[in-house]
This record gives sequence, C-alpha cells and structure tokens, in this order.
Amino acid sequence: MIRFQNVAKTFRRARVLDGINLEIGLGERVALIGSNGAGKTTLIRCLLGEYTHDGEVAIDGLDPRTNRTTVLGNIGFVPQLPPPLKMPVGQLIDFSASLCGTDPQHIKGIAQRLGLDVDAVLSRQFVRLSGGMKQKLLIAVALGRDATVLVMDEPAANLDPEARKIFFELLAERQHNTTMIISSHRLNEVSTLVNRVVELDLGKVVLDDKVADDVSLAGILACRIVVKRAEPAFAKALGAWNFVDQGDGLVWEGTVSGPDRLRFHGMVARYIALISDISLNEAAN
Amino acid sequence: MNQLWLTAKLDIVESLRARWFQIYTLVFGGIVALLFVFGLTESRVLGFIGLSRLLVTYIQLTMAILPIFVLITTVRSVAGDREAGVFEYLLSLPVSLSAWFWGKIVGRYIVVFAPVFLAMLAAVGWATLRDIEVPWGMFGYYTALLAVMAACFLGIGMLISALARSTDMAQGAAFLVWLVFLLFLDLILLGVMIQGKVSPQVAILVALANPLQVFRTAALALFDPQLIVLGPSAYVILDLFGVAGYKVFALVYPAFLGILSATAGYLLFRRGDLP
Repeated sequence: MIRFQNVAKTFRRARVLDGINLEIGLGERVALIGSNGAGKTTLIRCLLGEYTHDGEVAIDGLDPRTNRTTVLGNIGFVPQLPPPLKMPVGQLIDFSASLCGTDPQHIKGIAQRLGLDVDAVLSRQFVRLSGGMKQKLLIAVALGRDATVLVMDEPAANLDPEARKIFFELLAERQHNTTMIISSHRLNEVSTLVNRVVELDLGKVVLDDKVADDVSLAGILACRIVVKRAEPAFAKALGAWNFVDQGDGLVWEGTVSGPDRLRFHGMVARYIALISDISLNEAAN
Repeated sequence: MNQLWLTAKLDIVESLRARWFQIYTLVFGGIVALLFVFGLTESRVLGFIGLSRLLVTYIQLTMAILPIFVLITTVRSVAGDREAGVFEYLLSLPVSLSAWFWGKIVGRYIVVFAPVFLAMLAAVGWATLRDIEVPWGMFGYYTALLAVMAACFLGIGMLISALARSTDMAQGAAFLVWLVFLLFLDLILLGVMIQGKVSPQVAILVALANPLQVFRTAALALFDPQLIVLGPSAYVILDLFGVAGYKVFALVYPAFLGILSATAGYLLFRRGDLP
C-alpha cells in the first residue's frame, strides 16, 4: 500500500535520508522511531508530498507530490507540535472538512469523544487553546474523515489518561482498514500501539521488525493497588488516571487502557516503595 | 476554485487577527484622519484645494509607506508560517498547490488593499457630507493606481517568500528590494546622469522599469500633466507614451510585474520543498 523505494533526501550537503526502502501494508501499525536527526520527520514529509526527494514514494501506486489531492484525501496527519494557527477553531474544522469532503459534525463528534467541548471553543483562536486541547482537535481532524493512512507524530504526548483511552479506542475502531505510522523518539511511548517497528538512524533503516501484537488497542485492564500509607502525591497521580479511593487512601481501584499499560507502570514505578500490593487483570470490553 | 476561495478566506481571517494588520489599518486610517484634522482640505497648493488636495497628499504618503509595508508583512507572515509549521500542517490537507498559493495571494490582496481603499472612501464620504466637491476622475485613477501598487508589491513579496527559506532572510531581501527601488528614483538617476556615467536614455529606461518611480510619475501627472517638475526626462516619457498613454502604462506595467513575480514565485514554490 505504501512504498518507499530508494528514497534519499539531502539538505545542502547533509544526507538526511539515505536510500530508504520500505513497504507498509494495509492494517499495519508501524512505530517509526529514532533519535533526533534520524530522518523521521523528513520521511513523513516525503510521504505527505511536502518534500522533493530522490527515489519513489507511492501510496496505492500514486505519487503524493503529483497526485496531492487524491493521495492526501486519504491521509490523516497529526503533527508533533501544533501549528500556531490564529484562525478560530470553528474555521479550522470547516476548512479541513471542506477540503476533505467530510461532515464538520463528524470531526466535532470525535473531539467531543476525546473530551473537548468544541462548542465552547468554536470562536476561540486555535493558538490560544491549551496543549491538550490542540492535540485533541488535531486528532479529531485526522480521524474525522475516511482516511486509510494515519500518520501521527507522538499523538498521545499531550493527552490525559482518559483522553488517551478514548484515543486508543478510536484507533481500534479502524485498525483493520487503516495503515498507521506513529513516529516517536522512544519505542516505549508507542510500543503497545504497534505491530511493527522501524528504526531510523542517520537516514537509514537500521531495524525493521514485527512485534508481538497481543495488546488489544481497545483492551482494558482492571487495576487494584494497595499502599502502605496514604500519600497525597500518589493520590493525586492516581486521581489523574481516574482511580477511586476505596478507603483512607490505602486501597485504589481503576482501569487502565491496554496500550497505556507501559506509561501507567512508569507512573507507578515512581512510588514503588509505597506499594504493598498491585494487580492488573484483563477486563472484558 | 472552491479550494482557492477556502484558502483566501483562511488567509483573510488569519490576517485580520494579526497585529501587523491592526497597525497597517491604523496607519492608513490615521493618515486620512490626520489630513482632515489638520484642515488639509482648506489649504491650497499648486491650485489644488479641497478633496483633490487631500487625495494628492494621501497618495504621496501611501506611495512612501505601502510598498515597504506590503513587502515586509507579506514575507514575514508567509516565511514565518513556513518556519512555525503552519505550512507543514495545512499542506498535509488535500489542497492543490495552485489553490493554496493563489488563494493566499487573493486573500492577502484583499486584506492589503481594503484598508487603503476604505480610508480613501471614508475621505470621499466625509467630503460628500460636508459638501466638498469630489474629483471623481482623480479618485478613480488613484484607486486604480493603489490597486495596482498593492498587486505589484504583493507579487514581489510572494516571490521573495518563495525564494527565502527563513523569515530573517526574507525580511532582509524584501528590505533590500525596496531600498534598490528607492535608490533608483529619478533624483538619484539625474545625479548619475549629471556625472555622465550613464546615458540619459538608460537612466530614463531604469526609471521606467522602477515601479516606485512609475507610480510617482503617474501621481505627478494628474496634477502636472506636462510633468514639468521632472525636467528633460518628461520629454522622453511624453514623447514615448503621451499623457494618456503613460497613465495606462502606469497601471499595466506594475500589474504585469506583480503577476510575473507572483507566477515566478508559484513555479518556485511548486518545484521546491513546501514547509
């Protein structure tokens, strides 16, 4: 479906992409990882037809540069850094919906599901939204249309746990008929979301591996934590994950989204000395 | 066409909320207001009184301010948007490059021309209310001149934006272009001619190629049809074009230059890296 054939890109004398060969099929969820300067953003920009390059990039056999509107009509893109758009939220939604031939209500619906009260911010400038609100809106614009390719650069970085859970559900709903490319500096940020890892270093593919696909995007884990003593900082951290105190701050229960388990463990690890018992069980969806 | 209008509308909304636009509107609205406050319609210079006197002063001031304002704000916002990641995101949406580029130009043109024209229109409205005679012929030609001037420098601004890869470079180039136009105004050319370094024909050709000089001469021609203040070069210009011919040239040439620059900018934009 997506084919990079000997793709190379040079800025002045710096070779940022050096003969990339990749084929990504329908339904694959690819983590594109690598350190700063590895070439992730450049590769994504080549895929979006934004950069000229050597070699070939094709999506369903079409060059994204010469068939812009056809190809980009099927790609939903979430950038890592939200652009500083001065236009009101309502106009961004209408503009994107008009170009993508989708119903603005669909985009608004997804934003609402992610926890963004769109009606309350319709006339507010996009640039004046909080980081999380911007991210939710950009995700809604990307998912609010019939895209068969989703290209996302650290999409969940600014989302709270509840919004992340819904975001994973939204991805799960379209995982069988959509190809996803998720870019990140670190594999552990996205490892539970993907079934293939491509690592770039100095513009070359240094790792291309399938990974265990046991984690369901829509999976939910029921979690129970017992602590030795009540600790306000830990209580606050668990509160952010919507955990409920079962008695005097000593027993906490809640649910964790399957793909978010690693991030959750990371948070819990910071308070590991406090914990006397912890259990995580796959819950029925 | 729908994509073009969507992009134009987007650029208008973005510009209306930008600080540069507020300052820009304030400057041109302020000029007209100040000219009224200082009673310019009552003063008489070279036989001009009333609104024609005000329009003559307004167009002279506009010619000094508008080119540099249009150049700097255009390159700043276009190159700035590219640097800030606005292009990366908006050009990931299915919009054709021609609709994007020309849509931006259309939107920007409306935003740049509207305050200048509305300020002049407000002056006419005020004059009508106060029973001051409105020189409609002069008003019409000055409007056309301002429209063409905005188009000319917008086109040049878009070309610079397509060429320069950073805001700093774009700003520097825009300033340099303006400075070159300024340096080749007639007084400097006359100085060069006096020194005998350049033949008069070349000097006049350079002057006629300079859009700033073309506008200046055209504005002068309205209240000095024989271009007496230009001295001997007036003979060449009037022999070549005639009074009416020069008025047409002053509209057609800068418009052509603006469209040519914008087209060159579009071709460069389409060929290179977008963000």
